[in-house]
Amino acid sequence: MNRYIWPLVIFLLLSGLLYVGLGLNPREVPSPLVDKPAPAFVLPNLHELDKTVSPADFKGKVWLLNVWASWCSSCRAEHELIVDMVKQHEVDIVGLNYKDENGDARMWLRRFGDPYTASAVDAEGEAGIDWGVYGVPETFVIDRKGFVRYKHIGPLTAEAIEGKVLPLLKQLEGESA
Amino acid sequence: MRWLLIAILPLWMGTIQANVEVLQFESPQMEERYRHLINELRCAVCQNQNLADSNAELAQDLRRKTYEMIIAGKSDDEIFDYMVARYGDFVLYRPPVNRSTALLWAGPFLIFIVAFIVLFRNLRRRSRQRSPALSEEEKREARKLLNESSEGGK
Repeated sequence: MNRYIWPLVIFLLLSGLLYVGLGLNPREVPSPLVDKPAPAFVLPNLHELDKTVSPADFKGKVWLLNVWASWCSSCRAEHELIVDMVKQHEVDIVGLNYKDENGDARMWLRRFGDPYTASAVDAEGEAGIDWGVYGVPETFVIDRKGFVRYKHIGPLTAEAIEGKVLPLLKQLEGESA
Repeated sequence: MRWLLIAILPLWMGTIQANVEVLQFESPQMEERYRHLINELRCAVCQNQNLADSNAELAQDLRRKTYEMIIAGKSDDEIFDYMVARYGDFVLYRPPVNRSTALLWAGPFLIFIVAFIVLFRNLRRRSRQRSPALSEEEKREARKLLNESSEGGK
């Protein structure tokens, strides 16, 4: 009897393993940044290049960092959703303009709307490396203590905003600094 | 015609060289370390390539970063730590042994041990099984066959 049961057990175990394993998205590399302090940067402000943007400006606030570029086509789809989200729920968003041309970026924001509290110019992608950016767009949620609490890789979707980002924002806004 | 080709050849070589990043190292050891590091670090965008093989923009940036850190006198461990802090254990082609990778490292040995135990038990069971005794009739038959074959051999 054992002779028949063991292959069956092994088959079922393997099936389960493959079912779970192949269902995972290999593109989603867990960020080591989650629950760590947000990396610092001081970058020129896209709209006034002699001024700077830094995470330190948002100390004590719950805010989002959205990494985008005008050359990134999936940023377009996401952008509309971000514009809508800010209307629905007011929150500070820093747009990290990643490896872009300033002129293109400004024109893009004029055309599709500017939901950002501040836009930082990361022309060389240095801040991007510090934030572990490997695919644009990416979105981070930072709490009042300045810790990264969530990272979304790829374009935000309506489900991600409704199901994850907004509830998390509300929860974090309830926390004390 | 041949001379013309020979004259053109260096131009062509020049364009090939321009595609490779030209890096200056103070010593061959540094260059050796650079080659080692970019072979051991995985590109997060093109996941089955290391930094050395990938032409993705991020890989170029990280190669440059690796180069800058070597020139700045950072050790290999410092460079690995820098990358892991930003991109996670995932960037290492040799993941470190910790709780989440314990099964990955121990798995092959566990499977080997289990296979060995199964093999050992099967072999023991088989050696314990005796072949059934032959009846008188069968013994006579066997002797006849053996005789026949030994006679045939002469």
